[in-house]
Amino acid sequence: MGKAMLEIKNLHVSAEGQEILRGVDLVVNAGEVHAIMGPNGSGKSTLSYVLAGRPGYDITQGSIFYRGEDLTPLPPEARAAKGIFLGFQYPVEIPGVATMTFLKHALNAQRKWRGEEELDAMGVMKLVQREAGKLKISADMLKRPVNTGFSGGEKKRCEILQMAVLQPLLAVLDETDSGLDVDALRLVGDGVSALRTPDRAMIVITHYQRLLDHIVPDFVHVLSQGKITRSGGRELALELDREGYAGEQPPERIPARA
Amino acid sequence: MSARPETITAVEAAGETYKHGFVTEIDSEFAPKGLSEDIVRFISAKKGEPEWMLDWRLRAYRRWLTMQEPAWAKVDFPQIDYQDSYYYAAPKGFGTRPKSLEEVDPELLRTYEKLGIPLSERMLLAGVAVDAVFDSVSVVTTFKEKLHEAGVIFCSISEAVQDHPDMVKKYLGSVVPYADNFHATLNSAVFSDGTFVYIPPGVRCPMELSTYFRINAANTGQFERTLIIADKGSYVSYLEGCTAPMRDENQLHAAVVELVALDDAEIKYSTVQNWYPGDKEGRGGIYNFVTKRGLCRGRNSKISWTQVETGSAITWKYPSCILQGDNSVGEFYSIAITNNHQQADTGTKMIHIGRNTTSRIVAKGISAGASQSTYRGLVSIHPRAEGARNHTQCDSLLIGDKCGAHTVPYIEVRNPSAQVEHEATTSKLSEEQMFYCRQRGLDAESAVALLVNGFCREVLQHLPMEFAVEAQKLVGVSLEGSVG
Repeated sequence: MGKAMLEIKNLHVSAEGQEILRGVDLVVNAGEVHAIMGPNGSGKSTLSYVLAGRPGYDITQGSIFYRGEDLTPLPPEARAAKGIFLGFQYPVEIPGVATMTFLKHALNAQRKWRGEEELDAMGVMKLVQREAGKLKISADMLKRPVNTGFSGGEKKRCEILQMAVLQPLLAVLDETDSGLDVDALRLVGDGVSALRTPDRAMIVITHYQRLLDHIVPDFVHVLSQGKITRSGGRELALELDREGYAGEQPPERIPARA
Repeated sequence: MSARPETITAVEAAGETYKHGFVTEIDSEFAPKGLSEDIVRFISAKKGEPEWMLDWRLRAYRRWLTMQEPAWAKVDFPQIDYQDSYYYAAPKGFGTRPKSLEEVDPELLRTYEKLGIPLSERMLLAGVAVDAVFDSVSVVTTFKEKLHEAGVIFCSISEAVQDHPDMVKKYLGSVVPYADNFHATLNSAVFSDGTFVYIPPGVRCPMELSTYFRINAANTGQFERTLIIADKGSYVSYLEGCTAPMRDENQLHAAVVELVALDDAEIKYSTVQNWYPGDKEGRGGIYNFVTKRGLCRGRNSKISWTQVETGSAITWKYPSCILQGDNSVGEFYSIAITNNHQQADTGTKMIHIGRNTTSRIVAKGISAGASQSTYRGLVSIHPRAEGARNHTQCDSLLIGDKCGAHTVPYIEVRNPSAQVEHEATTSKLSEEQMFYCRQRGLDAESAVALLVNGFCREVLQHLPMEFAVEAQKLVGVSLEGSVG
């Protein structure tokens, strides 16, 4: 299977009986940052969900290999433990569960799965507080229930905090820039950039070029009508920003799922 | 099916030492089935009760004969044959009890392991070893000596009848009269044992009182009676842990709990109920038909009920507060979890009689599998209850699409100055929340446990620390298998 971290071949995916991805090919190596851009309804979020194993998405054709292993039979939690992280476009509220508590459960579930020793409450707290400081997340926010009553910017920063704590090998960030003002965008963008390492790959899904000023991609792909129609370097994002997706035909029917 | 002779001797010896220990359990083996005046007399005689106690039981029994089993709860069960039960007997004969852990249902043992209950306690809970029973007696005794210094009386109700008859006469049935309702009346006639607590004026009980260690007694006594009196300015926190399993056919458990708080006194009563809920097909399990009521008799008194109900095939109970004293406060914090074929009809009654009385109700119902959960609550403001206030919040969470949640509030206001608020929500455990948790590494069952614990947080906060930890684990265990 070569040494690629992620190898997607001819991927076809349906949800609720409607085909959304129609033959996606993508290779991502360790250390690389790939941006996936495209118009609404092109299948960007679907791709992120399929990588993370969300129920309700059927792979009708093609394959996904992650670090040489067929990813498709694995449940979401196994993929997470193996290093796949999804930054949600709309982070979900979990009332009554403090952010710190949630992170402790998540981190230790992954560590347990990998056969590593679980961290005690103090160990988790130190780790989380260190990373939270970098993202300007207050101790008070860590006590509040996950995403509950958070502003848009707080939610996105909290996603990046989770990524920093969980230390994934492949991070898929779905429209991490949506709903952010200029300052929040810089904070989040710099937070993500700080997590770039030679053994970590990222797939950054975005509608707009502006996030890519902060997270500079090695490759840019355009997803349109369920297929990657163009690939290039950084300059492709700038071109799309100037000229829009006019050349990329939107699908006749926009699938219901975001 | 009787116990081995050496066991009987051993237990009788212990019975001598601890007076009203566990010797009755063995004797009970010989009590005939069914209910009659003779059985009531038999029970009373076995306990060596004074005449007034027997009279009280007999009055209750005769009243019970004239009563009909109520049918208003939203629960379904086959007709109970009251003549087909033992009223002074171990539900399962001593001889047929498991003698070692090997004979205990492995699934049961796994549950205990998950609960983190140590082996000796697991044996105790499974009703395995006689020495374990002895252990628990000695624990209770240690408690008693320490409490004695503070002037607190903490003993079995049978002992209280002997040693503190004036108090028992004064308060027994003062909150739940013997003619109160079908199951409470039955309990009054045949109650086997239970707990008596008295906190003298101005005393803050130095420790949490718990029935946890007396679980074996509860194992046989399906009709316990608890009476707690907090005298002026005193405080007590009482924990009732029903983690004993019962693996029999459907069994009736009809307990009565009475609380009395005098001026400036406070009683905090916490329950974690995990009786055997029946199997996945709904066979077996306990019918938990319990009457719990507290009387805030004095000014500025306070009674707070916190319950976590995860077990029983059917739960039918309404821990209530009668707010008689001016400025008295009643609280009810409840979590009711039903899975598989369990049914729960539970809630509270807040009866506002005194001036400026306040009550607060927070009820969280979680239904999974094919279960049904109903919140039924009464808030009643009497004409004299000037300035009474109530706030009620009922939240229901559904897991899956075969279960049901129902909210039945009754509100009666007879004083125009009263403020009564009721909020209710019903939601489903969302696929989005589940996926979010799983993406972060939690498996489906851990995700459910975490989400449900979050949903219940407001109530769990009101439990004493050690109980809260147990309850959190129980929440997860109770909902196992509820997601695919």
